[in-house]
Amino acid sequence: MKKEILKLRGLKVHFPVQAGVFNRVVGHVLAVDGVDLDIFRGEVLGLAGESGCGKTTLGKAILRLVEPTDGEVKYISQDDDETELTSLEKKDMDPFRKKLQIVFQDPHSSLNPSFTIFGSLQDPLKKFGIKSKEERRKIIGDLLEAVNMRREYMDRYPHEFSGGQRQRIGIVRALCLEPELIVCDEAVSALDVSIQAQVLKLLMQLKKEKNLTYLFITHDLSVTEYLCDRIAVMYLGRIVELCDSEDLYNNTLHPYSEALISAIPVADLDKQTKRIVLEGDVPSPVNPPKGCPFHPRCPKATDICKTEVPTLKKYSTNGNEHYASCHLIDLPEIS
Amino acid sequence: MAKSSLDKKFDQIRKREEEKTFSTKKRSRIVNKFLNNRLAVLGLIIFTIIILASIFAPLLSPYDPMRVDLRSMRQPPSFDHWFGTDSTGRDVFTRVLFGGRVSIFIGLGSAILSAVVGIAVGCYAGYKGGWIDVIALRISEIFMSFPQIILVLLLVSITGQSLFNLMAIFILTGWGGMYRLARARMLSLREEEYVQALRSFGLSTFTICYKHMLPNALSPIMVNITLSTAMFILTEAGLSFLGLGVPLNIPTWGNILNVAQDILILQNYWWMWGPVGIVISVFVLCVNFIGDGLRDSTDPSQQG
Ligand SMILES: Nc1ncnc2c1ncn2[C@@H]1O[C@H](COP(=O)(O)OP(=O)(O)OP(=O)(O)O)[C@@H](O)[C@H]1O
Ligand code: SF4
Ligand SMILES: [Mg+2]
Repeated sequence: MKKEILKLRGLKVHFPVQAGVFNRVVGHVLAVDGVDLDIFRGEVLGLAGESGCGKTTLGKAILRLVEPTDGEVKYISQDDDETELTSLEKKDMDPFRKKLQIVFQDPHSSLNPSFTIFGSLQDPLKKFGIKSKEERRKIIGDLLEAVNMRREYMDRYPHEFSGGQRQRIGIVRALCLEPELIVCDEAVSALDVSIQAQVLKLLMQLKKEKNLTYLFITHDLSVTEYLCDRIAVMYLGRIVELCDSEDLYNNTLHPYSEALISAIPVADLDKQTKRIVLEGDVPSPVNPPKGCPFHPRCPKATDICKTEVPTLKKYSTNGNEHYASCHLIDLPEIS
Repeated sequence: MAKSSLDKKFDQIRKREEEKTFSTKKRSRIVNKFLNNRLAVLGLIIFTIIILASIFAPLLSPYDPMRVDLRSMRQPPSFDHWFGTDSTGRDVFTRVLFGGRVSIFIGLGSAILSAVVGIAVGCYAGYKGGWIDVIALRISEIFMSFPQIILVLLLVSITGQSLFNLMAIFILTGWGGMYRLARARMLSLREEEYVQALRSFGLSTFTICYKHMLPNALSPIMVNITLSTAMFILTEAGLSFLGLGVPLNIPTWGNILNVAQDILILQNYWWMWGPVGIVISVFVLCVNFIGDGLRDSTDPSQQG
């Protein structure tokens, strides 16, 4: 039986846009604009979409690294206790900060250049009650070995490491308090392709060993197919399609996902499908288009798309739940 | 099975990593770059000599900087009196040494203290943002736009001339620059991912900004401290020359220079103001060389 670990309800993050001498607020970037999403314990949920569609912001909002403007983030513990995180006082967040962690994209800014690895990692451990230095060294050393690095590396400075090594150290940091869910924000995008594969395998191995749940953010759908159990496709701050990863490739419902999938380079020449070229850039999240946010670029757009906003509806493909938001889906909606 | 092949691949990577010699420590790279800058090294050497000479002034000179000796008034430089004597027979060389103590103390002390105040406010406000930042920014603007000389006149007329009043004025007018520097660094640092990571652990603002971020903001601040030291020493000399700085009975470089106000002395007794003027210029120049050297060696965009 699948159990949720996080339930996002109507989550919104709007950044004010300021202009003029007096920093007047002239508008809002609707970085995340009403996201409903359940993440199940033990799954790998992919979150895909073009650059700027709000993936990172969504990940940060879950950890409250940015404050959500509206909506709920509910954490469900192993004993089914539900806690709403966005309304908690800062200090009451602590027990949940342990459970939710993040691995960042850029290996060059993800480690503090002035501290050794141990130096930057020990404060969080100290804060969460590991008082003795030996114990802290042991935890960090063990984790370094778990990501195939040497214990001694903990006394080195970040500039002594390569990008792939830094990324593995970033993983150690995320793991050091034994979290339940890790947001991997394009954790491998900045690495060489050969190293990418290693780090991905490592992440999957760690997931198995430590019973982790991943929210795996990526703009590259070719990676997600093999890693993710389910995939959510995001466009302009909203989720437009959410389904099992197999169904996303074989029973695509949303025109935007279709376009993304067709852009994946295919090795097998026979399977080469016609590439759908998306015209124009992603519209500004300050003034998203009326109606379906995708309609100016959608090859299938009709009149209704320009006026009415499609909602995320539930369908069934291949016997699995399949959510999509498009007016032109001719499958029966299920409730 | 899959796991062991993964392990094997990692072992290969690991071996390669270990064979590669690790680059030397970051700190020593900065030191090396600094040492390659001839002017900076020269500056550092002369700077050190002047400071040591001031500190060990009593060992280097048999005279008392304050003692009046009417038998040897206005003597030109000689073996006994290297820089000659002044109108009351005091040894000018001794006075330059002892004056250095006070002048350097004022310059360096004001620079460091304004840096401490500026950093303390700037780090917090820059990291936190919001209304704290807005208020601190406005206050710093008020202090920075207030003319130093008027502030000096004001304070001198209210509380009288004293060394500490002068330092207080330097700090009041000087912390704003440091604050802005620290704040600007923090604004860019706080978006770095390692800061986000620390926040994701819920560490306190103090730990994050003063312990983890500040070390990465220090190098431009160090440069600024050296440059402000030079500026404060010059300002002290200027104000004391005008009789507004440190009380005249305390020897400082500016107070020694003060005698040059007398046209007779300016024309006839060059040793009373010449050497001290040169010492001030040389010292300030050296401090600026050191500052430039520090800036070049810590600037990440000039790595290599
Ligand atoms: N702190 C902020 N202040 C204002 N706008 C922001 C802020 N952070 C993000 N944004 C805006 O929110 C939108 C979504 O940004 P986000 O970083 O979440 O996108 P992303 O999907 O992660 O993109 P990428 O693939 O490039 O990482 C962008 O338009 C961005 O400019
Ligand atoms: S609703 Fe219309 S514009 Fe939007 S994705 Fe569907 S077909 Fe395209
Ligand atoms: Mg991103």
